[in-house]
Amino acid sequence: MTAILGGRPQGLTVLHMDDELDTRGRVVVVGNGMAGARFVEELLERGGGEQFRITVFGDEPHGNYNRIMLSPVLAGEEHEDDIVLNSHDWYADNGVHLRAGVRVERIDTAAKVVYSGDGTATPYDHLVLATGSYSFIPPMKGVRADDGGLLPGVYGFRTIDETRAMLAATGSCTRAVVMGGGLLGLEAARALHGHGLHVELVHAAPYLMNAQLDPEAGAILKKSVESLGITVHLDVFASEVIGDDRVRGVLLADGRQIEADLLVVAAGVRPHTDVAVRSGLEVERAIIVDDQLRTDDPDIYAIGECAQHRGEVYGLVAPAWEHAKVLADVLTGTDPDAEYHGSRTATKLKVAGVDVAVMGINTPERDDDEFLVISEPKRGVHLSVVIRDDKLVGATLLGDTRKVAFLTQAFDRGAPLPEERIRLLVDLSDGAEEVGVAEMPADSQVCNCNGVSKGDLCGAVADGCTSVGAVMDRTRAGKGCGSCKSLVKQIVEWAADGDVTEDESASWYVPGIPMAKPQLMTAIREQDLRSVSAVFAALAPGGQEDAKSKMGLTSLLRMVWGSDYEQENDAKFINDRVHGNIQRDGTFSVVPQMKGGVTTPAQLRKIADVAEKYEVPMVKVTGGQRIDLLGVRKEDLPAMWDDLGMPSGYAYGKSFRTVKTCVGSDFCRFGLGDSTQLGIDLETRFQGIESPAKMKLAVVGCPRNCAEAYVKDVGVVAVGNGKWEVYVGGAAGATIRKGDLLATVDSPEAVITLAGRFMQYYRENANWLERTYDFVPRIGLETIKAVLLEDSEGIVADLDEGMQRSIDAYVDPWGQDGKQPATPGQFRPALPLIPLPKVPVR
Amino acid sequence: MSVTHADSTYDTAHPTTEGTELGTPATETAPNTAAPGRGVEHVVGRVSEIPPGEGRAFVAGGTQIAVFRLRDGSLHATQAACPHAGGPLADGQTDLNVLVCPLHLYAYKWSDGASTNGAPPIRLFPVREVDGALLVEV
Repeated sequence: MTAILGGRPQGLTVLHMDDELDTRGRVVVVGNGMAGARFVEELLERGGGEQFRITVFGDEPHGNYNRIMLSPVLAGEEHEDDIVLNSHDWYADNGVHLRAGVRVERIDTAAKVVYSGDGTATPYDHLVLATGSYSFIPPMKGVRADDGGLLPGVYGFRTIDETRAMLAATGSCTRAVVMGGGLLGLEAARALHGHGLHVELVHAAPYLMNAQLDPEAGAILKKSVESLGITVHLDVFASEVIGDDRVRGVLLADGRQIEADLLVVAAGVRPHTDVAVRSGLEVERAIIVDDQLRTDDPDIYAIGECAQHRGEVYGLVAPAWEHAKVLADVLTGTDPDAEYHGSRTATKLKVAGVDVAVMGINTPERDDDEFLVISEPKRGVHLSVVIRDDKLVGATLLGDTRKVAFLTQAFDRGAPLPEERIRLLVDLSDGAEEVGVAEMPADSQVCNCNGVSKGDLCGAVADGCTSVGAVMDRTRAGKGCGSCKSLVKQIVEWAADGDVTEDESASWYVPGIPMAKPQLMTAIREQDLRSVSAVFAALAPGGQEDAKSKMGLTSLLRMVWGSDYEQENDAKFINDRVHGNIQRDGTFSVVPQMKGGVTTPAQLRKIADVAEKYEVPMVKVTGGQRIDLLGVRKEDLPAMWDDLGMPSGYAYGKSFRTVKTCVGSDFCRFGLGDSTQLGIDLETRFQGIESPAKMKLAVVGCPRNCAEAYVKDVGVVAVGNGKWEVYVGGAAGATIRKGDLLATVDSPEAVITLAGRFMQYYRENANWLERTYDFVPRIGLETIKAVLLEDSEGIVADLDEGMQRSIDAYVDPWGQDGKQPATPGQFRPALPLIPLPKVPVR
Repeated sequence: MSVTHADSTYDTAHPTTEGTELGTPATETAPNTAAPGRGVEHVVGRVSEIPPGEGRAFVAGGTQIAVFRLRDGSLHATQAACPHAGGPLADGQTDLNVLVCPLHLYAYKWSDGASTNGAPPIRLFPVREVDGALLVEV
């Protein structure tokens, strides 16, 4: 019982330099808990060991331990040795003088000396109060013994010594009462129940965890706690502790009596301010500090739970650690102007076996606050969010914390929220059960394209990658289809414990040019930059070209300049150099244009002849209603195109790809509009238009949706009476999303005009490789409607003009390069010694 | 190796004809060239066959290699197939620091062949230009 946690073996002593010879400033820290010890760590990290002689007073005889982990220790899930953060040795090794077990009694602020319980006086230059809190013992008859101490069998739950005493008592006690239904009380109740004690919980408020939860969530938590076998008494307090020599039971205010041989008082904490009060510092609920954590005495600071900043007193560790950082910055001069501006507190914890995450407010406070609640009492789940002015200002998750990573981010950074608010709480994107990132096993695959597991991502973070982009570069996660990017982000943020640096480059259009797309486009126009090499020379840092930026820049230049763009083949991806999609063995696929998926016997005959002549290993019908000739050698491409005599179907580019159609009104007995013709017309007008990512379209003749228009980048649905619905932002690839209805229009011509405007708006505003299913939610459907339908920005004419410029610049690449190669050796084999194709002929 | 010396050697020894056979060992045409290093130098083709910033594949002494002419005019030669999944490196994209394989976008540094994103390294070969001819040492 008397062992010192994190103590030193006996006989070891530490030599201290003679004070007189040491010219370093003196920092004295009062309090060796979470805040005080972290402050010392932050100080040392900033070279404070050179600048200062550091003395730390700790009331407890132990080294510094993780107070948050006392609940698992009480539950027997953790050994007390494992919760030591800094042992006595650590202090000695770092030249910090730890005076453990010595209580500071008083500060002489004029003489700048602290007087401690052992009768010594310690001078300081800077004094840091990190005295924390103590367990509040409510006034109850009989709770204290005659000597003023707690009656035997009564415990607070704040220190390792109290925890040890309770653990010892579990051996002989059988019935426990826990006072307080907050976090600590619930944890104590669960732990004691786990040791086989009969546990009754008494809580003065009408529902559990009333400081964090709303009544409904509190009620659901009560059920979960009761299902463990713990009796819960609400809305009542204990008025008397029964027993003379030790606890025998408690008497409740309503007259009921509960038998108990162990009483845990977890009825809240109060900041330790007596030293500050005695020394004349300004104290309200806690010690008042300014934005640099300074008290009203310029050389005395207070951090952690004993500090009151802008009226707030925090009881969580995160703010304490923020205090420690700011103060270390100030005192060491690392950042003399560092300031603390308050914390947005978000906590995630497990109470009594139930996952709880809480941030911000838990109920709406203003008339126009949005409030979304999902309550499933049977499953023990209660989720709610409060939104103000499109920003998340509060969230409460009980029993299901899978969405906590996203919500924390939205709360901390004000990230944009999905328009369908329910997506904040529930993942509607697919039916598969989504697992919270914390619960995912380390070997579970996150990026299926590049085979990257959660463990790989965590490893990259552990190796020092501090941004999402750095982790993605290192592991290549998210560099394939990109559908896992948000999960990668969540995992990185989880692994880095929220300590993620913002990718400055996240807003850049391409990684090699530090500019967002609008600025980049303006610069390209103003400086008349018409080739990718000219863009690098003028706009890249040091004029350095960047291989991974070239493709995006080529696309952008073609859009900005149309036919006036200066072609440079090295700036194109191989697909765009040879107008085919590269396959795994280095061969290519050839997909002739087949507008609207409509072909003719003559076309089919030609395709069949070509396939035989060039021994095409596989002929396959594509998802886009075309025919794919797969496994074609690069050197055969021009001859094949010539033999086919059909234009390119652009099945390889970041461009307008295809328009699927159904058989429409000509043949289908349900058809409401001529979808086939409209599809052909759309494809004729927009063929080959380059874009930030591929654009797949469809037109259907009725809402039966046979050509899947609801899940296309632009989808058109005939709804009768000559009307057509235009949907945008749909997807049925790695992501599945139903498109948003942009408008219902009156004619096929109106469809073509609106589709063109939308695609041009997307081309001009989307980030490189950002599909419409990300773009539309990012910009917001309402904004897009306003811009395209009401011309709220006055740019519709420009959009039409920009699209027309690209349409005018269209040239069938097969017709062009097939006859006259764009560069020497454009179609030369790249693996001259390997016979291709390597795929089996079917 | 002095460039002027090499120039004078190849002026006469190498007929700068278009029909140079792929893989003709340069040693046969220039027996006394300055130290070629460990390998054997082969004339694989003409610099003009490689557009700026691009790569083309050649065969040098029975080994397929990819040769790149970067935008600053420098020449680099690498193994032809990507060590990750056999992708055709000559079809990759370049800048002055790296080569990016077209299949899965693994990048390799020109300086030492190491991958910047976790693939095994690629092999680099000495390459130089003499009178428009590409000489690769394999």
